Amino acid sequence: MSVSLVLVVLMAVMYACGVYLMLERSMTRVVLGFLLVGNATNILILIMGGRRGLAPILNDGATSGEINDPLPQAFILTAIVITFGVTAFLLALIYRSWRLSRADELEDDPEDLAIAERDAAVQEELRNPDPLDTEVDHLDELAAAHDLGERGEE
Amino acid sequence: MNALIPLVVMLPLLGAAAALIAGKRQRLQVIVTVIALVAVLAVSVVLLVEVDAVGPLIMEVGGWPAPFGIVLVVDRLSALMLVVSAVVLLAVLLFSVGQGMADGDSETPVSIYHPTYMVLAAGVFNAFIAGDLFNLYVGFEILLVASYVLITMGGTGPRIRAGVTYIVVSLISSMLFLASIAMIYGALGTVNMAQISVRMTEIDPSVQLILHVMLLIAFGIKAAVFPLSFWLPDSYPTAPAPVTAVFAGLLTKVGVYAIMRTETVLFAESDVNDALMVVAFLTMIVGILGAVAQADIKRLLSFTLISHIGYMIFGIAMGTVAGLGATIYYIVHHITVQTTLFLAAGLVERQAGSTSINRIGGLLKASPVIAVLFFVPALNLGGIPPFSGFIGKLGLFTAGAQQPSWLVYALIGAGALTSLLTLYALARVWNMAFWRPADEVEKYESPLLEELTEAPGENTDREMKNSPRLMIGVTAAMVVVSVALTVFAGPLYALSSRAGENLNGPENYVRLVFPEGVE
Repeated sequence: MSVSLVLVVLMAVMYACGVYLMLERSMTRVVLGFLLVGNATNILILIMGGRRGLAPILNDGATSGEINDPLPQAFILTAIVITFGVTAFLLALIYRSWRLSRADELEDDPEDLAIAERDAAVQEELRNPDPLDTEVDHLDELAAAHDLGERGEE
Repeated sequence: MNALIPLVVMLPLLGAAAALIAGKRQRLQVIVTVIALVAVLAVSVVLLVEVDAVGPLIMEVGGWPAPFGIVLVVDRLSALMLVVSAVVLLAVLLFSVGQGMADGDSETPVSIYHPTYMVLAAGVFNAFIAGDLFNLYVGFEILLVASYVLITMGGTGPRIRAGVTYIVVSLISSMLFLASIAMIYGALGTVNMAQISVRMTEIDPSVQLILHVMLLIAFGIKAAVFPLSFWLPDSYPTAPAPVTAVFAGLLTKVGVYAIMRTETVLFAESDVNDALMVVAFLTMIVGILGAVAQADIKRLLSFTLISHIGYMIFGIAMGTVAGLGATIYYIVHHITVQTTLFLAAGLVERQAGSTSINRIGGLLKASPVIAVLFFVPALNLGGIPPFSGFIGKLGLFTAGAQQPSWLVYALIGAGALTSLLTLYALARVWNMAFWRPADEVEKYESPLLEELTEAPGENTDREMKNSPRLMIGVTAAMVVVSVALTVFAGPLYALSSRAGENLNGPENYVRLVFPEGVE
């Protein structure tokens, strides 16, 4: 199986850029990243089809040794259709999200925020301990964490 | 008989088309979709009886012979999964009809709901009968795209936020699956599962291992196996109750089914069982510890769902006939019981206006029927004898003890611990939401409730409503089905064991697809 180096390099670059973009918070970039990763996968399928060859139609006197493998091309067509459909849905989702929050960025999970702020509050208490009454100290800490948690959810 | 096989995919798709045409006429939509699912259920029962009595069935789609065309394979495992998923899909559909009629459909645009639901059903059924790796991928995509629509139903803020997490994670898993298929095709020149199984033994073991692990990661994300399970409790609870119920019951099990086929057919030679055992251990323990820390019933159930996936991975990792048989019984039990619990949680949500056990109480008095409908599957999931949860776990532990090693004993211990902690988490729900008098909810102080994690954005209590008879009836029917798994445990367990025997060694599967052998 001989493989075109250009295709391999193209695939690698597209995967790298795609994965980088999918790790972003901005949802538009996630969609662009998904498109790159999807097409990189299509190129991977094409590479796996093996050597170059004639179009896979046997009518013109071509022998089966000369033609290209048609099956990966059928896979790619299916994958393109699926990627297309999912992209359309993602764009609709982004539009809806933008209508709701006027931001392209994925919101933080309110629960994660609450936990992060509670941990910060506990750390603060540990750094400045109240030497007088540990019991009261504990209650204050809980109250602070609770307040922060509620503020985080708003 | 072979002609019946494609019907399990075609009927839901035709039902989806008909429901889409029916559009605004909701009653007609409901009738069409229910008829389609009842027909699928009937077909799957016929297939199960036939397959169990006569032998597995093969369908070559379009008349193209096996390695070139797509084959659909129904053996005992596939047929059993078809029947169980048809029952669950039908029950949840009726539940959502009951909920939709009661709520006046203000929240969910029903003209989309029914067709999407049928497409989801078609994807699930397609995945269960695929005998071709690319067809399995298509089945996964059908069910995933439908699930994207269902999980963001209504397009409210929290659902979009949770939906984006779910969708992006699923997309990555799909891309990984597709890349694995491409590489398997590059290495072996085929995507027919039986032919892959034959040719896989001829290539370098290290290449086998790479392909094997890539496929397992792709399926592991779908099955919510521990390091890949983080998305599930974040995204499932925000969806509407019936949607969560069907996702929890079926979608993760499709991933488990795919892992089962991977281990028994595709990579029978390549052995990652020890790694799977470790993953199963962590899935059980981490999952159930998450459940213990939750105050919200739906999130708690999502975490128990993850931890119980660990049992199934444990059974698959044993790789013996007894282990596989027990796993199949456990999957059947878990699909039924987990769906029933989520439906009961949906009833609790309607009745009490919240699913946080910090805020609800006195349900036993207010609604004894819901209390019973929650209590029975809760005991069942916790593995109290004589329920099917106990039988399934006993089967798994017995199968494990037959091939003793320290890893297996560690898993049996973890399984017992997980079972107890499940019972603890569900008993706490029972104590707080059902048993505690309603007037004690304010100013209630208990060490049981300290430090529990609340679900985000759940501070506004919703309106309390009475549940319509259809919802109660459907949940009761599912409870009856789950109890029937116990009553008829003998024949069912025997059937699962026979299904496990089918999976013993890839030769059975290969001989089925290629009676005259293949290169």
